[in-house]
Amino acid sequence: MIWRSAFNRLWWTISILCLLAAIAILFIVFAFVAIRGFPALHPEIFYTVTSGIAGGLANAIAGTFLLVSVGLLIVTVVGLGTAIWIVEFAPPWGKSTVRFAIDILSGVPSIVVGYFLYVALVEALGWGFSLMAGALALAIFMLPYVVRSADIALSKVPPAIREGAFALGARPAMVVFTIAFPWAAPGILTGLLVATGIGVGETAPLIYTAGWSNYMPTLAPTHSPVGYLTYVVWTYISQPFAKSHELAYAAALLLMIFIFTTNLLARSFLEYSLSSRGRR
Amino acid sequence: MIQRPSRLQRPNAQIALGGLTGIAALTSVLIIVLMLVFLAIYAYPAIRFNGLGFFSGTIWNIGNQYGSGSVTRNGFSAEPGAVFGAVVFIFGSVATSSLAMIIAVPFSIMVAMALVYRVHPRIRPIANALVELMAGVPSVVYGLWGMVVLVPLIARLPGAGSGNGLLAATIILALMVTPIMVATIRDVVLAQSATIFEASMALGGTSWQAVTRAVLPSVRGGVVASVLLAFGRALGETMAVLMVCGSAINSLPQNIYQPVNTIAAVIVSQLESALTDSSGMAQRSLAELAVVLFLITLAVNIIARVALHGADRSEGQ
Repeated sequence: MIWRSAFNRLWWTISILCLLAAIAILFIVFAFVAIRGFPALHPEIFYTVTSGIAGGLANAIAGTFLLVSVGLLIVTVVGLGTAIWIVEFAPPWGKSTVRFAIDILSGVPSIVVGYFLYVALVEALGWGFSLMAGALALAIFMLPYVVRSADIALSKVPPAIREGAFALGARPAMVVFTIAFPWAAPGILTGLLVATGIGVGETAPLIYTAGWSNYMPTLAPTHSPVGYLTYVVWTYISQPFAKSHELAYAAALLLMIFIFTTNLLARSFLEYSLSSRGRR
Repeated sequence: MIQRPSRLQRPNAQIALGGLTGIAALTSVLIIVLMLVFLAIYAYPAIRFNGLGFFSGTIWNIGNQYGSGSVTRNGFSAEPGAVFGAVVFIFGSVATSSLAMIIAVPFSIMVAMALVYRVHPRIRPIANALVELMAGVPSVVYGLWGMVVLVPLIARLPGAGSGNGLLAATIILALMVTPIMVATIRDVVLAQSATIFEASMALGGTSWQAVTRAVLPSVRGGVVASVLLAFGRALGETMAVLMVCGSAINSLPQNIYQPVNTIAAVIVSQLESALTDSSGMAQRSLAELAVVLFLITLAVNIIARVALHGADRSEGQ
């Protein structure tokens, strides 16, 4: 009997130690990036561009911002459209087909998306390394997150409210824009925030679509490569210079701060909306 | 007073919204088909040129770019001396991902069980948030940490060489898939009603026995699905692996320290050299690699979804 309870306690202790280890790893990685990156966060990196092995990060920050913004724009239109169709218009077979396709899309390796767009857009269509190619790569990668969260949020609109609107003579478009959207807005925005964090942290699909540029990005959709933060982390750490290492750590720290902020925002946002709705 | 009905009430608006959103949904589905078909057509000359040697050869050589003449096989030609064998990369992908799962699966189950049964409900949201943050850390940041901290640590082990290799890639992958598995296993266990746990306790078992002999078996399908999804993710992981794997070419690792390479990593690291191949066969062979990776992850994901679906059905009863 004593052995049984000792055994029980032993296993639970191991389990809790595993949890603590997982959290410790997160702190170790974050502390590592923060300790190395914080001293490198000089104000001038925000307004100088990279030059060879050193300089600032202005072009990479602006590029990441631009790529993710355009990607978000595309994914908002396509993703929300897809979710609305699933919830409001699709026949049962259509629902399951599109949901299945979205699940499959979320499992496609990012480098496959990147290489496909490289061959198709950069080479075959002759766009060159460009904003549009990079933004499309991010959009394809973010699509499953946006569709899923919007699908769930729109599906959770209480049937009573939806049916009430229909009973009053509202038609689908009216119901979507005046009933379903306002109700589902927090869930949809959470999905968009999470997608933003994912887009900001992506590298593989951008290397051969957006390319890299030491200059501030232009707004030209094609034929003009764009720099981005994750590229700095990847390549500058392999350079044999302390200056370039500093930039890599600074870029990594900026990425972590941004992604942690969007994640926490998304989380608290969702929890706030859930709790306020519960009280109503 | 009669109010004019909103434009949203017009019949045209219904047709327009249904049509436009239908097009959006169609786009989402077509992207997958388009990617696969396009890559396969682009890779076709390489598929013919490489034949079955692609799956049995360990040598990847884009050929002599300055020589004269060319080699032709099955009607498609490449530079003299060109061979494209993918065994090193296919082996690397499967080996790193499988070993990572061997570490990460028991670890993740332990973490998920602690989260569900041992963390105070009031602290649980914080612990959950931390696990999700771990999933949000970008691939390059894990790679950076792996390069600067993990690889030098491994290099200190006797016989470990540079430290870049199979072991480093495995550890990084295990770290990266853990939060994904923890979150899904936690969710399937929480979705299972507490009755199974309580009934098992009431039969006189200890709480750990209740978990391992009653709760976990009852959510078997969900756990299998989450493991497969994580396996698919590991197979496709690119940047972190690329930064610590040692980018092996033409050689298989003889021990767990030696350099490896994965399909995803080699597509990034070899594209620049492939672009110098004037016959274009190297680029097309990379596309063939992409198709292989696509099909492997597709198969893993479809099996996972089927398992999850079956689990939903049987465990819902």
